[in-house]
Amino acid sequence: MSTPAIPSYRKRVGYHATFLGIIALLSSAALVIGNLRTQDEIALRHLEDMQASLSQVIPATLHDNAPLHEVARLPAPFGMRASEVEVYRAARNGEIAAVAFRITAPNGYSGPIQLIMGVDRDGRVLGVRVLSHAETPGLGDKIEVARSPWIRGFDGLSLADTPREEWRVKKDGGRFDQFTGATITPRAVVGAVHEGLQFFQRHRDALLAPLPKAGVESAK
Amino acid sequence: MNTPDYRRIVRDGLWDNNVVFAQMLALCPLLAVTSTATNGLGLGLATSFVMIVSALVISVLRTQITPEVRIPVFVLLIAAIVTLVDMAMNAWLHELHKVLGLFIPLIVTNCAILGRAESFASRQPVLPSLVDGATMGAGFTAALVVLGAVREITGSGTLFANASLLLGETFGFLELTIIPDYRGFLLMVLPPGGFLATGFLLAGKRLLDARAKRREVVVGAPVHG
Repeated sequence: MSTPAIPSYRKRVGYHATFLGIIALLSSAALVIGNLRTQDEIALRHLEDMQASLSQVIPATLHDNAPLHEVARLPAPFGMRASEVEVYRAARNGEIAAVAFRITAPNGYSGPIQLIMGVDRDGRVLGVRVLSHAETPGLGDKIEVARSPWIRGFDGLSLADTPREEWRVKKDGGRFDQFTGATITPRAVVGAVHEGLQFFQRHRDALLAPLPKAGVESAK
Repeated sequence: MNTPDYRRIVRDGLWDNNVVFAQMLALCPLLAVTSTATNGLGLGLATSFVMIVSALVISVLRTQITPEVRIPVFVLLIAAIVTLVDMAMNAWLHELHKVLGLFIPLIVTNCAILGRAESFASRQPVLPSLVDGATMGAGFTAALVVLGAVREITGSGTLFANASLLLGETFGFLELTIIPDYRGFLLMVLPPGGFLATGFLLAGKRLLDARAKRREVVVGAPVHG
């Protein structure tokens, strides 16, 4: 190993500090550039994802507007991080056919789980999908529809036909399956969907109010 | 050593000095992720990429880096590279990012990358460092896939489940059900199973190494010219 003699200036504290500072500067510059180059693209991708999950929870046949542009903001129920919930309203001929909104299950196994759910006029679940989560790969990630059909189990349920005590996983005496090795994740999701339906119930009248005519035109 | 011995580097990376089975590094992401072979492959590929890039950058800067500040410099560089990879994949390889996204932040916690930066890339020219990064990454990926496969077969009776999510539909043929109607063996899926499987695989590697050594002695340790 032929280590070249280290020049004396490199032994000074000033050199270490300056060098570390330069590296920090270069790294942060690279990150800033990377962020600037990618942020629009990432925002676009997220919008596409949002559109894709929206079309999974509200069938396209139900509406003739663009729900992503028909947003109502309502105060979030207790327990969610965000202070308000964005509700996407799907209308047909100006009359609301279904709504979709994001809900958060704050009590996931490794952090909050973001979900989107669609609810029709009568308060029945049209569909629930996971937007993002950090659950254990191979265990808790069965809440993704691509990995397991479990999340489709909510379709068609409503507060009217499923009493309060059934909104639990089977282990807790409810009607929903838990996963092998992961009870906390499905428990959190079931709780959040129940919460979401109650949220819809509370704001039903405001959410189902017909769209103003201007809104219909702007969507066209 | 003016002419680096590439064969030695490759052998070290893949077997003799394998990140997992010889250096016993990177066990944290290893145990967390290898519940299936597909997850192992995903983390392995992402880690290999970061390892190669960090080897390149650190090897280029090696004459400037002084021993006193080397650790913060390495950590900074590796964290920056991982974040850049994360952002770039999110923007341009979005489908892949949705699958691998979970694992990418885990790479920062991977001491194997820091270990290679410290013990190899900071002392060697660019080309050997790249080769070292690539083979260490390949060795790590192989270890992850083997461990994931063992745990997946014993734990849930399948192999490469969900591989098509990671690699695209063309690789759907990899998804096998090894044991039909398997009830599942939860222990192997949970982290303790990772420890157990790692232990058995380690013992297996030691056995193979010991046998190879014995054979060398029996043959008479040829005095190769």
